[in-house]
Amino acid sequence: MTEVATQPPEARERRKLTGYWLLLPGALWLLLFFLVPFYSLIATSLYDPEGSILTGYDMTWAFGNYVTALQDYWPPLFRALWYGAVATLLCLVLGYVLAYAIAFKAGRWKNLMLVLVIAPFFTSFLVRTLSWKLLLGDEGLIVDTLQFLNILGDDGRLLATPFAVIAGLTYNFLPFMVLPLFASLDKIDPRLVEASRDLYARPIVGFFKVTWPLSLPGVVSGTLLCFIPAVGDYINAQLLGNTQTRVIGAVIQSLFTDANDFAIAGALSMILMIMILAMVLLYVRRAGTEDLL
Amino acid sequence: MSPGMSPLQRMGRWIGQHLVLAGGILVLIYMFVPIFVVVLMSFNDPKSRLVYRFDGFTLQNWLNPCADAAMCSAVSRSIQIGLLATLIATVLGTMMAFALVRHRFHGRSVANLAIFLPMASPEIVLGSSLLALFVAAGFAGQLGFWTILIAHIMFCLSFVVITVRARLAGLDNNLEQAAMDLYANERQTFLRVTFPLVFPGILGAALLAFSLSFDDFIITNLNAGNTTTFPMYVWGVAQRGVPMQVNVVGTVMFVISVAIVVGVELNRRRQEKALAR
Amino acid sequence: MSQVAESAETDGSTGAGSAGSGLHLRNLRKEFAAFTAVHDLDLDVPSGSFFALLGPSGCGKTTTLRMVAGLETPTSGSIALGERDITWEKPYRRPVNTVFQNYALFPHLDIYENVAFGLRRRKRKDVEREVDAMLELVELTSQARKKPAQLSGGQQQRVALARAIINRPEVLLLDEPLGALDLKLRRSMQIEIKRIQTEVGLTFVHVTHDQEEAMTMADTVAVMNAGHIEQMGAPAELYENPQTTFVANFLGQSNLIEGTVRGRDGEDVKVDMQGTVVTIPGQRAHVAGNAGDLGWVGIRPEKVLIAEEGQVIDAPGNSIPGGVVTDVSFVGVSTQYLVRMPWGQELTVFEQNTGRRRLFAKGERVDVSWRPEYAFLLDHTQDRAAGRDEDAD
Repeated sequence: MTEVATQPPEARERRKLTGYWLLLPGALWLLLFFLVPFYSLIATSLYDPEGSILTGYDMTWAFGNYVTALQDYWPPLFRALWYGAVATLLCLVLGYVLAYAIAFKAGRWKNLMLVLVIAPFFTSFLVRTLSWKLLLGDEGLIVDTLQFLNILGDDGRLLATPFAVIAGLTYNFLPFMVLPLFASLDKIDPRLVEASRDLYARPIVGFFKVTWPLSLPGVVSGTLLCFIPAVGDYINAQLLGNTQTRVIGAVIQSLFTDANDFAIAGALSMILMIMILAMVLLYVRRAGTEDLL
Repeated sequence: MSPGMSPLQRMGRWIGQHLVLAGGILVLIYMFVPIFVVVLMSFNDPKSRLVYRFDGFTLQNWLNPCADAAMCSAVSRSIQIGLLATLIATVLGTMMAFALVRHRFHGRSVANLAIFLPMASPEIVLGSSLLALFVAAGFAGQLGFWTILIAHIMFCLSFVVITVRARLAGLDNNLEQAAMDLYANERQTFLRVTFPLVFPGILGAALLAFSLSFDDFIITNLNAGNTTTFPMYVWGVAQRGVPMQVNVVGTVMFVISVAIVVGVELNRRRQEKALAR
Repeated sequence: MSQVAESAETDGSTGAGSAGSGLHLRNLRKEFAAFTAVHDLDLDVPSGSFFALLGPSGCGKTTTLRMVAGLETPTSGSIALGERDITWEKPYRRPVNTVFQNYALFPHLDIYENVAFGLRRRKRKDVEREVDAMLELVELTSQARKKPAQLSGGQQQRVALARAIINRPEVLLLDEPLGALDLKLRRSMQIEIKRIQTEVGLTFVHVTHDQEEAMTMADTVAVMNAGHIEQMGAPAELYENPQTTFVANFLGQSNLIEGTVRGRDGEDVKVDMQGTVVTIPGQRAHVAGNAGDLGWVGIRPEKVLIAEEGQVIDAPGNSIPGGVVTDVSFVGVSTQYLVRMPWGQELTVFEQNTGRRRLFAKGERVDVSWRPEYAFLLDHTQDRAAGRDEDAD
């Protein structure tokens, strides 16, 4: 009798231990190579800006680095946020149409269309971006067509403009928008939409009163999954843009590897992270889906 | 044809019903245009290395994929890193997913946050913080294969956990209880019931991890030292003139991944049909 | 279309316009890719009535309902409310509302906003007063600010009802409204819905596969099978005098015995039923009635009397000797017997447990009999088993 009474807690304890053991290696990896580096980044951002990789860096609590970083590099920082925001908005519009079509209109083609959404993701990001360089190039089909239609002047161009950068960003992060949107839309009971029609809502009203609010979790996670990487990305700005479209990612990269200005680069990284975190928190709170995280 | 509805009304209704679908297909086309270009350019016979446009058809790029030896060594390095990172991230991530779904313990919410955060950070921040660590720890001179691998495992891990966890959470608990009821001990239950059911999720996670690793540029570029991966090679030649073999690699990647995804889907359908019968 | 025009249009068509209109379906037909769900249906539902469309799953009743609601486009035929043809009217323009199966309450809106939804879309004034009154009617005033998921099944049911009724539609459609509730709750909701219908005086069209539910609630029941209406009438009439084997079996239970028509005797039809000549009143004989025709003689189990062999039963009628009790189930209020007749068929017999008669045991020989006015005669070309096990869902 006593044996029966004591065994369950022991077994539970053992299960709990198994849980810790399963978690341990991965958790250690994340601790060592995600959390500790983050601490290093904070430290780096406060180094004496006079240091170099050869002479070493001194920790001087140089909060002035942040001021210097902002003063010197606020244009690429805000440019990146701006490009990211516009691309995210475009992703939302295009992604919503596609996700809605897959969820409600595709019928038996649903799975095929989903596979097609994921497929581009498996082809090299850089090689695909190079394709855009060709497509948007001065002798490319798109420029020729636009010039023929007089939308673009004879010396007008698309490549090496902010337009090309935003088009590239939109293109590259679209799957990240479509998948969470689809997941949300697919869960909506079509009878709810029918009920809204039955209760005198025209299609457009029904959409904004029923479908859109119910898809908000997907909208929030989709926009985050687009916006965060889009702000940090510099591949599109570099390959499709010009010197006037330089974004913060490129600045951080070259400060680290070319200029060896670790302190300012670290401070810029921290500023980017803090701004993104603040915007995300504000956004999630406004959207009222805190349980999402 | 019914009397109450004019052909015009019918047409209007038909267009209304198919407008969104047409829009969705247009968006899909937008997503595929660059891939068509990649495939097309893999058959391109360029007149000049500096002008990136289609000049004529050739099979040369496919017959001599390693015309630029630097590209092929970059590809093989990316494959090595990709396979190793996938293996380790998948094993560690699957273990974590099991721990999070099947075991109750303190600090779950902290663990969940730690898994979510790497996905919510821009790559440039992840890359620079790792670089800051490596430099602070005195590894500035040793940047290369191993530091890239460490970084790749780190960012793949979260994606593996999320993917496997979703699969595991969708699993009917009753199945495991039924197995135990039918005299399977814990180990047998895991090997014969749980693992086979979760396996598609693990496979999907591995596929995702490999493509994330193979494709990564921003984090890798910061932590690579003098080592060159395939995306870094492409980045380099983008400034100097792109060899068309790059598009051969892109096409092959696309075909292989689509074949895997379609194969998995067909297999699932076959199983479903067999079940239905 | 401008907002003003739309609200004016819907305003004019509801409420005041409902007097004496009713719902009229003419040759209504719906074909899907693979099959025809509804075959040229004709139906008139008088204004203010409680009408039930009863049939097994897949019989086309829900498709019919959805066409009336405007959620499905008919292949041909017409739907009219009084004089007004609404066949092609958009669902959000017709004065028809639906209580959906599983309710389809908007999960992101609270109860109050769910109920107010239709009024707000039509830009009604006085939303507050109307919603309050409606919540009062369905006894949910205290739950107004809760989300649907926080309510019990029965409460959700009442919200769905209130959300539809508040619009004062000319026709209220109920699609298996009680299907998700357990038996006890279903019984009380049946009474509740009936009470509300009487109170608001709207036309209700209720779709269900549950024959007991249809008969309890509706004034008129139409039994639907394979896209056709088999029979329509008051519940008692359908039950007592079914016109097809499907109705005889689907509504309650029937014993159907093969017989040959001998001829007419005034109003009545004489049928030779396995050697015994039985009499069927003319208005209960749904066959041509030519001598020599085959037919199904139908009798409800509770109308069959059972007696010891040779004993004289104190009721006049067709008496058939030679039965053997093969099974006895005691149910409490009644006892159900299976009696094997000389021609091999087993008849079902329900005896009320009045206490005045003794229970028969398995193997006992008995005579059975029934009053001629309870029997009915059906067309022999119909399937004897039609509709038999279909109401179990």
